[in-house]
Amino acid sequence: MAAMSGPSGSETVVVVGAGIIGAACAEALSARDIPVIVLDRGGIASGTTSRCEGNVLVSDKPAGPELDLIRASRAEWPDLLARIGASDDVEWEDKGGLVVATDEDTAAALAQFAAAQRAVGVSAQPVDAHDVRGLEPHITPDVCHAVYYPQDAQVQPVLATTALLRAVRQRGGSVRSGVTVLGVHHDRHAGGIRAVVTDQGEIGCAAIVNAAGPWAGQLSDRLGAPVPVQPRQGLILVTAPLPPTVRHKVYDADYVGAVLSGDAALQTSTVVESTAAGPILIGSSRQRVGFSDRIDPAILFEIARKAIRLFPALRSVPLMRAYGGLRPYLPDHLPVIGPDLRVPGVWHATGHEGAGIGLAPATGRLVAELFTGAPPHLDPAPFRVDRPSLGRVA
Amino acid sequence: MNVIVDGSPVTARSGQTVAAVLHELGQTSWRTTRRSGRPRGIFCGIGVCFDCLIVVNGLPDVRACQRLVADGDVIATQYGVRLPDEAEVAR
Repeated sequence: MAAMSGPSGSETVVVVGAGIIGAACAEALSARDIPVIVLDRGGIASGTTSRCEGNVLVSDKPAGPELDLIRASRAEWPDLLARIGASDDVEWEDKGGLVVATDEDTAAALAQFAAAQRAVGVSAQPVDAHDVRGLEPHITPDVCHAVYYPQDAQVQPVLATTALLRAVRQRGGSVRSGVTVLGVHHDRHAGGIRAVVTDQGEIGCAAIVNAAGPWAGQLSDRLGAPVPVQPRQGLILVTAPLPPTVRHKVYDADYVGAVLSGDAALQTSTVVESTAAGPILIGSSRQRVGFSDRIDPAILFEIARKAIRLFPALRSVPLMRAYGGLRPYLPDHLPVIGPDLRVPGVWHATGHEGAGIGLAPATGRLVAELFTGAPPHLDPAPFRVDRPSLGRVA
Repeated sequence: MNVIVDGSPVTARSGQTVAAVLHELGQTSWRTTRRSGRPRGIFCGIGVCFDCLIVVNGLPDVRACQRLVADGDVIATQYGVRLPDEAEVAR
């Protein structure tokens, strides 16, 4: 097949996946003068990135490597947006998060969870039951304890991805949609890879970054470097545009349990937030249903019922629509970020499950640092693809 | 049947949508946009675009093109966005 036109060559890095993670990797690499080509089987932000909530959440992560990653990423977000001139373009909101408990057992678990986060430096401020309504006037009087997380933020993921890819193109990189990656050609002499094979020809390159989200497992098989990423579905309801009703990202303290579970069965936990455009997003569920995009109305009812319990004022508010998205899930709930030593030249940046928007800047930065041999801004070891907790990956 | 439109009694026929009743009165706009206050009425007419929203019996964001009138309905122009009036909805 003929070679594709464009800046392909022996220095080029091909990033597969034009979602937030691929865009952040491409931006970080191109900022370090590495030529990049971003490929996507669909369009820009056409997968998970356009079917999520735009969470940049510190609050839902227990002390550990993912918390370290989100803290670095949360700090990076405003700097990154400023660097690409997009601070006012992506509906970034420093709104803070409020986690609430409505029974004493959950309140005790929440208090303990927050204390462990404070011990490692997270701002997690306990809020007494009688002060909660000052923060959220419409919240249920049943709240018995809450924790306020001023660092929680929100961004419009499609706009952010578009802004990142715009910066990539301005630096000479290219972004191509509708291109499917079939495999790689190995360089028998020098080691590593010399080209990516696509359904539209070959692209000469030095490396390929697997940022294919829920489809990263399938792509990794084609690259000869399998990682056990699986899709996990999350459903979100969208209300009609409302007057200001919900001020923060508000969620039930049982959210943490649902995110951290690997159970295939359905779990729902309430997350309620307004958007800059006016509608309120109500989530969310977690269920392993393969690559199905079917939406089960029973789940929508359960999500709605729990949201009304937190915000009774939403009881009669019309829903405009619901959407489902696949979250790239790894069994140990940590992303894989970095080179795959089994196939030199293959890199992974995937498996962020429902936290990919928040984690994107630090993920991209870490990939670029490791790729260029610069000192990493945080310990990359917990995210290695050959970590023991991923089991069969050798 | 009788309904109320912005405070005035109006006669309607069974099977009419709210939008049809308003058009019969010669009214083509019954909502204002939430930022610039521009007039809105029927756009797609088939329930997809959510442009023809109106307040019916205290419930905002009702699609006038889909909602069939019922005797005694209280129909009101929707100015921007608002939460449902729970007392009126319950009634």
